[in-house]
Amino acid sequence: MLRLEKRPTPSRFWLYATPPVAVILTMIAGGILFALMGKNPVEVIRTIFWDPLFGEFAFYLRGQLLVKAGPLILIAIGLALGFRAGIWNIGAEGQYIMGAVIGASVGLAVFPTESRWIFPAMVIAGAFGGWAWAMIPAILKTRFNTNEILVSLMLVYVAETILAKAATGFLKNPEGMGFPGSRNFSSYPAAQNAFLYEPLGLHWGGVAAFVTAILAYILLTRHQAGFQIKLAGQAPRAARFHGVSPARLVVMCMGISGALAGMAGLFEVTGPAGQITIDFNTGYGFTAIIVAFLGRLNPLGIVLAGFIMALTYVGGEMASTSLGLPDAAIQVFQGMLLFFLLAVDVLTNYRFRLAVGAH
Amino acid sequence: MTTTRPELLRVEGITKAYPGVVANADGSFAISEGEIHALLGENGAGKSTMVKMIYGLVRPDSGTMTFRGSAYQPAKPAEARRSGVAMVFQHFSLFEALNVAENVALGMENPPQMRELAARIRAVSEEYGLPLDPSRMVGDLSAGERQRVEIIRCLLQDPKLLIMDEPTSVLTPQEVEILFRTLRQLSSEGTAILYISHKLEEIKSLCDEATILRRGRVVATCTPRERTAREMAELMVGATLKTPERRQGVKGEVALGVSDLSVASPIPFGTSLKGISFTVAKGEVLGIAGVAGNGQDELLLALSGELRSSADKVRIAGQPVGDLGPVDRRKAGLVAAPEDRYGHAAAPDMSLVENAFLTAGVRKGLTKNGFVDWAGTRRFAEEIIKAYDVRTPGPDVAARALSGGNLQKFLMGRELMQGASVIVINQPTWGVDAAAAAAIRQSILDRAGEGAAVVVISQDLDELLEVSDSFAVLNEGRLTRPRTVEGLTMDEIGLMMGGAHGMEVAHHAG
Repeated sequence: MLRLEKRPTPSRFWLYATPPVAVILTMIAGGILFALMGKNPVEVIRTIFWDPLFGEFAFYLRGQLLVKAGPLILIAIGLALGFRAGIWNIGAEGQYIMGAVIGASVGLAVFPTESRWIFPAMVIAGAFGGWAWAMIPAILKTRFNTNEILVSLMLVYVAETILAKAATGFLKNPEGMGFPGSRNFSSYPAAQNAFLYEPLGLHWGGVAAFVTAILAYILLTRHQAGFQIKLAGQAPRAARFHGVSPARLVVMCMGISGALAGMAGLFEVTGPAGQITIDFNTGYGFTAIIVAFLGRLNPLGIVLAGFIMALTYVGGEMASTSLGLPDAAIQVFQGMLLFFLLAVDVLTNYRFRLAVGAH
Repeated sequence: MTTTRPELLRVEGITKAYPGVVANADGSFAISEGEIHALLGENGAGKSTMVKMIYGLVRPDSGTMTFRGSAYQPAKPAEARRSGVAMVFQHFSLFEALNVAENVALGMENPPQMRELAARIRAVSEEYGLPLDPSRMVGDLSAGERQRVEIIRCLLQDPKLLIMDEPTSVLTPQEVEILFRTLRQLSSEGTAILYISHKLEEIKSLCDEATILRRGRVVATCTPRERTAREMAELMVGATLKTPERRQGVKGEVALGVSDLSVASPIPFGTSLKGISFTVAKGEVLGIAGVAGNGQDELLLALSGELRSSADKVRIAGQPVGDLGPVDRRKAGLVAAPEDRYGHAAAPDMSLVENAFLTAGVRKGLTKNGFVDWAGTRRFAEEIIKAYDVRTPGPDVAARALSGGNLQKFLMGRELMQGASVIVINQPTWGVDAAAAAAIRQSILDRAGEGAAVVVISQDLDELLEVSDSFAVLNEGRLTRPRTVEGLTMDEIGLMMGGAHGMEVAHHAG
């Protein structure tokens, strides 16, 4: 009989081996799933993981990787700070939407003024939108001890409703001949998040993601606030003894993750998405949760994880167009990744022991 | 007298190794029916592993056990219980929100009807002088009463061997007397008792035989009545012991003043503090005794700053600090050491370096513009490890990888080496071996000698009498008026502690 036994100290090997092992297990289980759906599993896996990098259309798809990875990394880093502290913001998707709506509103309000301050102002407004949306669960938690998981998650659906109102109502393009959706930012240069270097898919969102990763890494390893975040997550009573105010930490972590998600939304809506539409959001806020864990809640790991997850997005789209794989199958595939990650993660703190039979 | 009784349990050549440490090596001893047998040893000597093997919680790597003449190798506690072995743990496993009878029923394989069980609990508790109302909520019971629940739970199984792990650490002197009478009664009826403790006077008064363990090996067996406590302690430690010396410091002005402090407990089923007042002068050690759960944790929280009050309730050198948090109180010169090492005083999964920063960051100046000086923190951690003889491969190992005693030494060093003017410690030597405990007490006295005001909260009366200048008792959240230690008798202390919680007559009646 196999028995789990706690390790005296966490295994460094499994700390780093967990993500690749989880990716491989996901490929195997996903392959079985695709085979059951009547597809050739090897071909699907190759389409998802190989073709975007080295296939026929790689010259275009490689750029798409950063386009997808950027917002994932940006959101995931914010989430990881909270997760480290034991604060579970599950509603990044809502904060992402609100950041996009508020940021876009600022830009559209001054249309068609041209000034180089417009885009920075929109970024700040986007960050504010996400921050404000995250403050709702944060304050409800600190004042009334509500569960931030439920409140932040439910606010996603409120945000989606507001987005629908924006796309069909207050942000609707007056020159759009009645179609839902805002003005397209690609025709408003002062408010556009254009590519800085198109072959790599680099726009300001990508830059922000890398800068944030580095800052978060420094915060966690060198700064007192990073120490307090880790301490609060690992030993809440020791954190209070150290002098951390739990309420202030909740406000700080929710605020940072909300602001980063809001910024990601703004970069997306003014760049790759181009305009506010009913469904411009593509679930980055949720997928970023997987990215955060796949990256071991470590900012540098998250950068890597963001690219792996982007690969499943880009490759998944390829698989759905060229192989007729349903989108839902790709989502199941991404979900499997989190499942296997958490399962294999047990080995970091535990090991299997062969127990002698009971008699 | 032991020779005339039939042998109950024989343990032969028991060995148990964990990765990196041998808990027991070739351990052998025997217990006769009705014998009270002490298992004596420092922390980490292998006492707990030994009894866990007898109770079926741990499987030995090699060696044999014989119980009542036949081979005995329990694979789980239920098997041990069926064979007639019962155990009372140091840490109780009771549900506070359930009543006594319900808690007892949860530990039984085939619990009878509640009414019948309640009647049996009453009968057993009267028979053995351990009064207990089966319908009371466990959350409302004192530590001593909770222990009675555990003991009665064992007695209902009619055990042949009762294992008790450090049972007196939560009891008042009077309660200890009552417990000993119960144990002697059990012994006279033929139940053997395996008694784990490091309190040597107790063992001398209670036990027939003692097996002494050191670093996993049986180093001696003796008859405690024929030995002095000091001889046994030296067998345990394997070295001669020093008693702490007190340097007579000059008492200065008041360093810590608490006046009429009342705060509600943040802990479920905790004890609120009610009108606590005391002062501690520079160079003075105030010892606060009391049975666990009478407000000790809350008092520490209220002094460390984790629990706040109005400003003038707590003063450091005259400055009101009652409304300040832990960081500001450390700045004002107060350091505190909570009792619970794993998760409160230390973060178990963090390294010793990180744990050093946990409280020393402020007073040792280990941050600059919010950035942590990890190199400086590491140096401080290494200083603690050296000064307090912490056995660890290095400062980077996780706190939880250290044994309880070693971690306690590290944590004591962390607070005592910060040059604080006020030091508050809850249970300074809990779970620490005799030699290390003596070293910790010595450094507490040294700090007082240097002029620090020290508050020691402890359940170990001998320890308090050794280090304190003045003495007070915390009882149900109220503090008695502190009085000088000189001339205090055990009986007086017992009465200050609230006697035996209204059960002085228990044994006279029965």
